[in-house]
Amino acid sequence: MTDEAPVLELRNVDKSFGPIDVLQEISLKVRSGEVLCLLGDNGAGKSTLIKTLAGVHPPTRGEILMDGKPVQFSGPKDAGDRGIATVHQFGGTFPLMSIGRSFFVGVEPTKGWGPFKVFDRKLANEIAVKAVQSFGITRIDDGDRLVGGLSGGERQSLAIARAVHFGARVLILDEPTAALGVKQASHVLRIVLEAKRRGLAVIFITHQVMHAMAVGDHFAVLIRGALAASFRKGEKTREEITDLMAGGEAMAGLEATLETYMQSHEGHPPPSA
Amino acid sequence: MDMMSAFFRRPAAASILSLIGVLAFYVIIGGVNLANLALAASWVNFAANLGIVALPVGLLMIAGEIDISIGAMMPAGSMATAIISGYYGLPIAVGMAGALVLGILVGLVNGLLAVRTSVPSLIITLGTLVGMQGVVLSASVLLTGNASVALTAPEWAKFLFGHLIGGSHQVVVIWWLVLTVLFGFVLHKTRYGNWIFAMGGDKTSARNAGIPTRGMTILLFILSATCASFVGMCQAIQFNSAQVSGGMDYIFNTIVSVVVGGVLLTGGLGTVPGVFFGTVTFAIVNQGIYFTHINRNWANLIIGVVLLIAVAMNESFRKLALHHQPGKTAKASPS
Repeated sequence: MTDEAPVLELRNVDKSFGPIDVLQEISLKVRSGEVLCLLGDNGAGKSTLIKTLAGVHPPTRGEILMDGKPVQFSGPKDAGDRGIATVHQFGGTFPLMSIGRSFFVGVEPTKGWGPFKVFDRKLANEIAVKAVQSFGITRIDDGDRLVGGLSGGERQSLAIARAVHFGARVLILDEPTAALGVKQASHVLRIVLEAKRRGLAVIFITHQVMHAMAVGDHFAVLIRGALAASFRKGEKTREEITDLMAGGEAMAGLEATLETYMQSHEGHPPPSA
Repeated sequence: MDMMSAFFRRPAAASILSLIGVLAFYVIIGGVNLANLALAASWVNFAANLGIVALPVGLLMIAGEIDISIGAMMPAGSMATAIISGYYGLPIAVGMAGALVLGILVGLVNGLLAVRTSVPSLIITLGTLVGMQGVVLSASVLLTGNASVALTAPEWAKFLFGHLIGGSHQVVVIWWLVLTVLFGFVLHKTRYGNWIFAMGGDKTSARNAGIPTRGMTILLFILSATCASFVGMCQAIQFNSAQVSGGMDYIFNTIVSVVVGGVLLTGGLGTVPGVFFGTVTFAIVNQGIYFTHINRNWANLIIGVVLLIAVAMNESFRKLALHHQPGKTAKASPS
C-alpha cells in the first residue's frame, strides 16, 4: 500500500497573488482509499489551496504530481478530465434543474439521429437516481424532482455521486458539512466513507474537528497559509487539534483572560468589543 | 387533485391562468363575445410580431442575460431592407440579407461585450440600443435624406413574409408558430436546452462542466438581435415602407410577455410554452380591450395588474415545485 504512488501530491507548493504570499511550502499527499482532512480556520488559505488543487490557480512555485508524475493543469476543466472533482459547500448544482438534468449537465445522454437528437430524460433520470441510491440515499427516487427541493445533505450526496459516476479519482470536498445539521452531516460523512471504500482519494476540507476525526486517515492543519502540523489518525486528541487550529497558545491565553475576567465580574463575560 | 397540483408545478401554469383570468375579466366585465375575440386578427398579428422577439429574449433570460437592443433592431431591420431594396433598388434578397446580417453583427457585438466584460447585459444592450438608434437615423438621413423609405417587394417575398392570410392575418403568424415549435424543441428536448438552463443556474459551474458558455451566450444574443431585425424586415415588406422610429414598445412588451410566461428574471427557469402563453396574454390584454366596453386607456393598468399577479403566482408555484416530493404529497406544510 505504502509503496504505491499517491494519486495526488503537492511538493513545496507556494502560491502568491502579487506581493501577497497565500500559501507557503505546502506538501501534501493523498492515496487511493484514503481520506486526508485539511483543517484550518477562516482565512488560513484553505480555499486558495482547493483552487490550486482543482486547477483554478497554477502554483507560483513547487509542483503537483499525479500518480508520481508532475502535472500542470491548464484549468479546472483539465483537472476535472484528469479525475479531480471538487464539490462545494452548497453542492455546486443547479437548484432549479431536475436531478436527472443537473446530473448530466455538459454530458447529456441523447437518443435519435442528426438534428433530431433529443435529450434522453428517462435514461438520465434512471442513471442519476441509481447513482445516488448506491450511496445509500434511498429517499431520492424520482429524477424529475428539482435539486433545490433536496436537503443540504442530499444535495452534497448528489454532487459526490455525480463526481464518482463520471470517474473522479480525487474528491475534494469543500466544507461539505459546514451548513448542515447533525443528522444531515452524518449522512455526508457516511458518503465520504463510502467514497473511500470505493478507492477514491478524498480531500476533506473542514473546520469542524469532530467531523474530520470521524472519517480522516491523515490530518493536516493549515495556519496562515503554511502547514502547522501533519499527523495520522489517533496521534492527537480533539483538544490538541482544536488548539492547533486556533493557533494553540493564543487560544490558551484567551481562555485564561476570560476566566479571570469572569471571576472578578460575578461570572459575566467581558463585553465584546 | 393530483393532476391539479402537477399542473401548478409547471412553469407555464401562471401564464395559462393569467390568460384565463384576463379572458374571464373581459367577458364578465367588458361584455366580450368570445367567438369574436377568439382568433381576431388584431391580437393574433400583434402576438406574432411580439412573439418572434419574445422567444429568443426568453431563452436569453433563462440563460441569465437580457437584451433590450431589440427595440432598435426592429426599425434597423426594416430600414436596412427598405434602403437596400427600396431606395437603391437592389434585389429584395440582398435587402433581406442586409437586415439579417445587421442583426447578426449587433448580436455579435452584444454577445462579445457580455462575455468579455463584467458589465451587466442590461447596460451593454442599453448602449447598443441607443447607439443603433443613432446609426439607423443617421444612415437613413445621410443615404436617403428621409426618415421613411418606401419599398415594393416582389410577389414571392410578399407571399413568404408580408401578405395577409385570408385578408386579415399576417403571414408572420405562421413564422411565429414554426419558431415556437423550433425553440421549444431546442430548449426542452435537446442538450443545448440543458446547457441554457445550466448557464442561467450557475455560469461558473456550467463552464466547469464543459459547457461552452461563451459561445452559447454570443449565439443567444445573435439570435435575439436577428429575430428582431427579421420582424422589422417582415414589417417593411408587409407595409411597403419603413420608418426609423418605433420598436421601443417592444422592449417592455417582450419583457412583460416573457416574465408573465414564467421565466425567472435572474435566469435558470422558464419554458417556451410559458413564453407563448405570456405573449398571447399580453396581446389579448393590449388588443382585446377594443372588443370590450372598457375604455382603451385602462389597458396598461390591466397589463400591470396581470404582470404582478402572474409574478406572484410564478413565485408560489416555484416554491410548490421545489418542495414537491413524490409520495409525500399529503404533507401539510413544506418547511
